[in-house]
Amino acid sequence: MTVDPSTAGAALRTAGAGAALSTLPGFGEAVEGRALVSRDAFSPRYDLDRSTGLISREGHDLKGENIAGAILVVPAAKGGVAAGWSLYDLKQRGIAPLAFVFTTVNPVFVQGCVHAGITIVHGVSPDPVASLRTGFRLRVDPQQRRIDVVSATVAAL
Amino acid sequence: MILTDEEEAMYGGAQGPAVQWAIDQQISVGRAFGASRLVPVNRAHMMGDMEVLGESGFQFLKSLHGQQAKVRVPTTTNARCVDFAFAERLRQDPAMVAREADLRRTLAGMGVMLTDTCINYQTIDQPHFGQHVAWGDTGTVIYANSVYGARTNFESGPAALAAGLTGRTPEYGFHKPENRIGTLVVEVTAKLDDLADWGALGAVVGRQVNDYWQVPVFVGIDGPVSSDALKHLGASLASYGSLAMFHIVGVTPEAPDLETACGGGLPDRVVVADDAAIQAVFDSYPMVVDGPFDLVVLTGPQLSLFELERTADLLTGERVHPETTLIVTTNAQNRQAAAELGYLETIRSAGGLVLAGVCFYLMAVPTMRQAFGWRTLMTNSAKLANIVGGYGLQAVFRRTEACLAAAIKGGRRDG
Repeated sequence: MTVDPSTAGAALRTAGAGAALSTLPGFGEAVEGRALVSRDAFSPRYDLDRSTGLISREGHDLKGENIAGAILVVPAAKGGVAAGWSLYDLKQRGIAPLAFVFTTVNPVFVQGCVHAGITIVHGVSPDPVASLRTGFRLRVDPQQRRIDVVSATVAAL
Repeated sequence: MILTDEEEAMYGGAQGPAVQWAIDQQISVGRAFGASRLVPVNRAHMMGDMEVLGESGFQFLKSLHGQQAKVRVPTTTNARCVDFAFAERLRQDPAMVAREADLRRTLAGMGVMLTDTCINYQTIDQPHFGQHVAWGDTGTVIYANSVYGARTNFESGPAALAAGLTGRTPEYGFHKPENRIGTLVVEVTAKLDDLADWGALGAVVGRQVNDYWQVPVFVGIDGPVSSDALKHLGASLASYGSLAMFHIVGVTPEAPDLETACGGGLPDRVVVADDAAIQAVFDSYPMVVDGPFDLVVLTGPQLSLFELERTADLLTGERVHPETTLIVTTNAQNRQAAAELGYLETIRSAGGLVLAGVCFYLMAVPTMRQAFGWRTLMTNSAKLANIVGGYGLQAVFRRTEACLAAAIKGGRRDG
């Protein structure tokens, strides 16, 4: 697929509604939901209270946020192989994110999302952490290798 | 992806639903990374314990077992969450402990070897140069790639089990020579006397380079380097930076010189690791209490026989402070050898607990923390210090001698 260069260019800073980002091949169904954007790398073992879905690590920029049902946008995966099982467990208990968007990913998150049936894309351009904001409504489509900004309105906290 | 006739048959279900599940997973993962085929592996090493699986993962494995799943290549297990001899003493959740016993039977029923170790590369299996394997636990992966020159990606529990069931893994990442080339240079001038210094070195790099696809090349380290030093360096790089491979010029097999390690060119990016950088890692875990630490833990990775010997040496004739719990973890092989050599008795008589088959951070730490009211932990493992913050414990990372001095005296001992 190709991303229209004019709309991709519009996403270089903060993306507006209608902007599109391109991705590498990912996994899963196309989904639409609310973005939760972090500048910190993410690990379900290091950062998450896996009983609640709340980010629990002191100093994490999403501490206190719940990832359940969100499109989690993060720059990178952190740490080890725990995501392989724990994403499945989160999904089965109904507190998994709707999708993961990674600037760069490690294999564990892809393996974990494949096992759990969670949508994931990686290799996103332009940088999703810089160009997307928490509260944006996104459509993530791994088959088309693109992310569309459906709405760029940031909901009040 | 191009599949062989046998792989097509697996995908079509001719070898049963478990194998079909496994290869379907592998094809999906391979596609996400642009792999064009699967490569044969003759070893898999998997993480699968109750703490990480949860009830749903446990039920998934039960159903796989019910489908007559059997691994076709030797598949070993990583460190687990329970040493049954200590579960009660450590107030672990009895329900989790019972589940863990059931899970072990389920895995054994699929032909999985319950080795329960994160140092398989020191005690169980040493892959040769260029050998494709499917290993999980990041510390095992980075050691296999870097020190043995074997080829593996991070394989999470389900992915390593899938590889055990099919005898294959998707060919991407560190299975391909072009991804093993050094991408940044680390100039080391720091003195690396203690294993904690090697862990700190991993943290220096990992904190600046959090990207699986980067490969640091260390220069300035003169051999010989111990396996335990490489173990702590690798575990820390993987923990802080999600890194899966490193080179040390003159030490590791794909780095006879800097140019070769970097594929003929020189990376622009240079990280300096001097004494100040190492000290800054220790300083990033400031002393949090004046009084005794609740915990002193030597783990992550499990201790080698050499580390157990040194631990025993530092504890000879000493007594752990009554308000401090000293926990040491290793695997069954090393605990047995330590028993025969007398190290185990020395550590025990000093009051230390030597657990086998577990790693501390896997043991459902929040449950134990609440049961005992633990708040503070001292360790010589950079990896453990990095992890336990998420579990509500305040970690202090220090050199081995300082950790054991704190365990004995209970008081504030820096250095």
